[in-house]
Amino acid sequence: MRITCPICGERDRREFYYRGAALDRPDPEAGQEAWDDYVYLRDNPAGRTRDLWYHDAGCGSWLVVERDTVSHAILNVALALDADA
Amino acid sequence: MRFSGLRVLKEGLTGNRGWTPHWRDPEPKSEYDILIIGGGGHGLSTAYYLARKHGLRNIAVLEKGYIGGGNVGRNTTIVRANYFLPGNSEFYSHSLKLWEGLEQDLNYNVMHSQRGIINLFHSDGQRDAAARRGNAMINQGDDAELLDRDGVRRFAPYLDFENLRFPIYGGLYHKRGGTARHDAVAWGYARGADSRGVDLIQNCEVTGIDIEGGAVQGVQTTRGAIRASKVGIVVAGRSSQVAAMAGMRLPVESHVLQAFVTEGLKPVVDQVITFGMGHFYISQSDKGGLVFGGDIDMYASYAARGNLPAVEHVMEAGMALMPMIGKAKVLRSWGGIMDMTPDGSPIIDRTGIEGLFLNCGWNYGGFKAVPASGDCFAHLMATGRPHPVATGFRLDRFRTGHGILDEEGTGAQHNLH
Amino acid sequence: MRVAGKGLLDRSSSVPFTFDGVRYAGLEGDTLASALLANDVLLVGRSFKYHRPRGILTAGSEEPNALVTTGRGAGRDPNVRATVQELYEGLEARSQNRWPSLRFDAMAINDLAAPFLGAGFYYKTFMWPRAFWEKIYEPVIRRAAGLGALSGIANADRYERAHAFCDVLIVGAGPAGLMAALVAGRAGADVIVADEDFRPGGRLLAENDSIDGMSGSAWVQGVQSELAAMDNVRLMTRTTVVGAYDQGTYGALERVGHHRAHRPEGLPLECFWRIVAKRTVLAAGALERPVAFRDNDRPGIMMAGAVRAYLNRWGVSPGKAVTVFANSDDGHRTARDLLEAGVHVAGVIDSRPDAPKAADFAVYRGAQVCGSSGRRGLESITIRTLSGEQRVQSDCLAMSGGWNPTLHLTCHMGGRPRWSPDIAAFVPVEGAVPGMVAAGACNGAFSTAACLQEGVRAGREVLSQLGLAAPDVELPVADDAEAGLQPLWAVPGKGRAWLDFQNDVTVKDVNQAAAENFHSVEHMKRYTTQGMATDQGKNSNVGALAVLADATGRSIPETGTTTFRPPYSPVAIAALGAGAQDKGFAPERFTTSHKASVERGAPMIEAGLWYRPSYFPAPGETTWRQSCDREVGMVRQAVGICDVSTLGKIDIQGADAGAFLDFVYANTFSTLKVGRVRYGLMLREDGFVMDDGTTARLGECHYLMTTTTAAAGEVMRHLEHVHQLLRPELDVAFASVTEQWAQFAVAGPKSRALLDSVLDAPLDPVEWPFMACGPVSVMGVNGRLFRISFSGEHAYELAVPARYGDSLFRMLVARAEALGGGPYGMEALNVLRIEKGFITHAEIHGRTTAFDIGMERMVATRKDCIGKVLSQRPGLLDPSRERLVGLRPVGAVKQMVSGAHLFEADAEAVRQNDQGYVTSVCYSPTMGQMLGLGFLKGGPDRYGETVRMVDHLRGIETLCVVVNPVFFDPEGGRVRG
Repeated sequence: MRITCPICGERDRREFYYRGAALDRPDPEAGQEAWDDYVYLRDNPAGRTRDLWYHDAGCGSWLVVERDTVSHAILNVALALDADA
Repeated sequence: MRFSGLRVLKEGLTGNRGWTPHWRDPEPKSEYDILIIGGGGHGLSTAYYLARKHGLRNIAVLEKGYIGGGNVGRNTTIVRANYFLPGNSEFYSHSLKLWEGLEQDLNYNVMHSQRGIINLFHSDGQRDAAARRGNAMINQGDDAELLDRDGVRRFAPYLDFENLRFPIYGGLYHKRGGTARHDAVAWGYARGADSRGVDLIQNCEVTGIDIEGGAVQGVQTTRGAIRASKVGIVVAGRSSQVAAMAGMRLPVESHVLQAFVTEGLKPVVDQVITFGMGHFYISQSDKGGLVFGGDIDMYASYAARGNLPAVEHVMEAGMALMPMIGKAKVLRSWGGIMDMTPDGSPIIDRTGIEGLFLNCGWNYGGFKAVPASGDCFAHLMATGRPHPVATGFRLDRFRTGHGILDEEGTGAQHNLH
Repeated sequence: MRVAGKGLLDRSSSVPFTFDGVRYAGLEGDTLASALLANDVLLVGRSFKYHRPRGILTAGSEEPNALVTTGRGAGRDPNVRATVQELYEGLEARSQNRWPSLRFDAMAINDLAAPFLGAGFYYKTFMWPRAFWEKIYEPVIRRAAGLGALSGIANADRYERAHAFCDVLIVGAGPAGLMAALVAGRAGADVIVADEDFRPGGRLLAENDSIDGMSGSAWVQGVQSELAAMDNVRLMTRTTVVGAYDQGTYGALERVGHHRAHRPEGLPLECFWRIVAKRTVLAAGALERPVAFRDNDRPGIMMAGAVRAYLNRWGVSPGKAVTVFANSDDGHRTARDLLEAGVHVAGVIDSRPDAPKAADFAVYRGAQVCGSSGRRGLESITIRTLSGEQRVQSDCLAMSGGWNPTLHLTCHMGGRPRWSPDIAAFVPVEGAVPGMVAAGACNGAFSTAACLQEGVRAGREVLSQLGLAAPDVELPVADDAEAGLQPLWAVPGKGRAWLDFQNDVTVKDVNQAAAENFHSVEHMKRYTTQGMATDQGKNSNVGALAVLADATGRSIPETGTTTFRPPYSPVAIAALGAGAQDKGFAPERFTTSHKASVERGAPMIEAGLWYRPSYFPAPGETTWRQSCDREVGMVRQAVGICDVSTLGKIDIQGADAGAFLDFVYANTFSTLKVGRVRYGLMLREDGFVMDDGTTARLGECHYLMTTTTAAAGEVMRHLEHVHQLLRPELDVAFASVTEQWAQFAVAGPKSRALLDSVLDAPLDPVEWPFMACGPVSVMGVNGRLFRISFSGEHAYELAVPARYGDSLFRMLVARAEALGGGPYGMEALNVLRIEKGFITHAEIHGRTTAFDIGMERMVATRKDCIGKVLSQRPGLLDPSRERLVGLRPVGAVKQMVSGAHLFEADAEAVRQNDQGYVTSVCYSPTMGQMLGLGFLKGGPDRYGETVRMVDHLRGIETLCVVVNPVFFDPEGGRVRG
């Protein structure tokens, strides 16, 4: 698997750390349900997904990667700083 | 038909013409008392115990492909009861006891082989953790033994005791642990359920769950609608999709775990050996292939196949730990889709919908749980109460923070396991 | 039997080798298989289950029968395909899975018991009595099973892994692959051509066809020279592409050294390549399939394509009177080749009623072979025609049931091949592997002309996808005849007709599986073990599928499809895991004091990837405990030196650094004064403890964070996550500086005195209170000093740039020794911290909350921070949780062990009564007894209570009193003094 880091270019999966679904952190007052949703519950789609990867052995950027969980196609990669994650 | 050595002899003498189907292929009825979605190991054992222990007969198992085609047919076949957190240890202990009588119970040789498991440790700290685990196993009534370096050497002299990057300090030995023939477990339960009247419906994909007034009414399938007032979801690998049909989001992310088998070799690895520092575990099948695996690929996936970094990491661990396997050749690799929960422990529980039950989240440890999972899920579905050994597998434990079962201690959040 | 005038061999050579100890000679260019056939060795192996005598079936890596063991000692290599192994001088090969010898194999008795050993028989028996499985049945089965044997000795050969990148990867160097290579190469693309054979050409080497008026091999040589002259083309022979992975990544195994009698120093045996290709042309050819008929497994019965290969490429005829059984024109082609070489053709059995006739050999049209005889090799076959059955003497039968495209790689990413009724075979579906185009025989185009044409087509296609202009390539002239195949899978009749030769799966087994309702292909395969042998069904899967379709009354596509998983052919674990043996498994990290510590005889132990000294033995000390006790006393009474550089250090700067730290730590850092240090507790978002450590404020906008050794990487990633995703508006930046600094703890009552002797200015006690920090000058070197303590003593940590670490450590130790102190290791460090109740990863083990370790009040209430919300969940604040306590032995037994569990004093030690567990213990020389830390239900609410510590594993039971975990100097006077 290869991911194209917007800063470093196409790199092997070995350089990246995977974190999981790209979600917005709720407000501290958002309530138990919102926090349960954020930390634990997942859509976990079979198909298109947006998840977070960290270019650990590269530039240290957090990336928002749009992927297909069935085909493993990488559809888009953006810096988390730029993306509306 | 009852299986026995005598039967094999008799059939052999008469041209093997008398063998009959292991199970029927019935058409689905329009209504059952209980529907089990998913004809994998857990679904089949659930149906079996519903019939055998609770006397229920009007049950169907709905399988979208062929029975036993999921993770029960693609794992590294390890059976053990070496958990230490209360909530886990009594469950896996119960499961191992069921395994120990399974062949006679099912009249099917699942080749449960109690050849022993050694979990290696590589530091004083890991020895302490292993001791805590071993003591918990004995507290639970199971067996455990703390081996020192020489103790490990007696079982597995081929390990690298001289140059290993993380030296072997010793191992936790679980004598009753071992392996089983994975496919046979699915087939044995299927045959046992079928012979007790359970309808096993293959090539029948559930496409919707009918809910009215907060209670389940039945399901829609590719072979028509089927009514039932009790429906159990047992579809590890696709749990999120099926739960979504009932409007639920689960604390589950799906990941791929690869496993490997080598060409057949004469006996060389007699126990199950696990190498935590390398996420590596290995045993040798009765056919002679080394069966081994490692960690998940570490990205959400439904592809049932993985990539080279995980493959190579497993091989590296193998070469580091037991460099004598170098010339064993990997014959086949495969990937299973794991329901990964935040704390690495499963869910066997009711849902917010009346009559809808959930059994999921087996992470990468579902095979050994097949008997107890079925027994406990059957108990829950039949009686409405959790089985005493499965009270910890609550769906709401993450919301409340009560009874989180982070056996590995890597942190009860997604992707830390 | 060698045939004159044929073959691509050096006829003047003589290459001696042995098989089962017997000496033979072959020629340069031989494989072990061709050399054995040349020496009339037909019996080469035994089947897996029935131990039937077996000969060579194929001429390629798909060989199911001719598996041998080569090499000796650690070099022993089991399950080597004789059909792939190149002959070299001194090659020693041995047959396997037979006892006492290949000719007389005692296990062949299984063949007589075959009626009782059919499909899945073992699922139905061996169940009684229960204990017999592990004791009797399984050991017997295990010993009987398996093929070759591993040596049991650690690998001593060199293996390598490598990366390669290219525009176009071409898999296979037959006619299609070579044409694609010419097209892509001439266009200037970076091309890698990989072929598993040691000589490129594929079937062109095995057939008698001509291309452009030349022999196939001559044409191949021409193309090879042109490719060799191109810098942008790399032709890799002996290289099998074994797996297709995501985004154009392929795994390939190069057999670098298996064909050499002597390997030059440093040359690996094998190299595993990861090839990243923008586009791939699959030109892997096709594999011939057998026909199932009674006793079709005798030595001497071979694939027709293999017979032609041995004849045309290796100049060997596998028999003197050869018969041919085919369902296409390949039968005639084989007979013609044999006749031309002067081999007697005893008949061609062509199952097609309308098969062509022939003038110079007998053709049995519309006939089938329905049996064979011969004890250890073929003697005769039985032919069934419309007029009845007849026997024909023959020592070699060449059979062909048609060809299956080698589409395996197209299945590796989940692609399912499609049934093509025209050629009665599965063909790849387009797009099954992104970026891959199939061409030639693997795409179902079998004639040479079609392969050449497909190669050009595929080459052009990938060039256009890459945006490169396609060059003009003239298509060579070659044979374009279709084989006119009429499907034939199994000849009906009694007896056993083999499908999977190695695993002994017969038509009967598949029929029985169907009768037992194993209708799904996957069920049938798993129940019968069809396709599970070392060839992974390459020879037999399609045939077995056809038999299953017949048994269940379905068409082949209705019944299912075949799929293949990586690797295409088996790969040694040593190749895939090359470099990991010994210390290569994980990086080794060394502190600057490593050398000095080793010089002092300190045993170095693993701490994550680092090595740290366990203790520093002094003269006369014989056990670690003596050294440890001394080192603890030294720190408590004088001064000790300990390298603490392995702790993670993260430099944090920016106007909002304080606000940022407030967000990542549970407690507050923005209020910390410049020149001060504070202990920080970091939570995960789920409210559990992630890590702890001290963070110093070096300047208004400058902090230095310390993490535990184990969590350094994780914390760095976490900080970046928080900054880049959650708090991008904050002006802050970080860098890991762990390796830039060498840092040493100077601990003990004489620590200040020691420091005064190395610092350029003495320490002013007023300016340097507990938890102060700041820059210092160490003999002219700019360093940093932190007055922090993990021992409970008056202590400092002194940091200098790493290049001064070695000399500073040596100097500190020397000065400490002059003051009655010295270096101390991890054992003493652990005792010192337990005496003070300080926690490490033994306590912060991932399941611990701030509440569990008595730090819940550190979670600041007036700010948001990571983990704050979920740390307030009821389950994380439940008073009955297991919480941190100290334990002291009170009964007759004084022994304590980590990993023991805690129970009420008189309760039975069973799970239901479990109250907690012990995480850390030590013998405290300071207190003169053992001390323990542990987690106990209710924790601090139970101080004063006596509990029982039970360790079943080591047979220890000790009564302990529950106490505050700070055993020593609870007021903290020493640390401030």
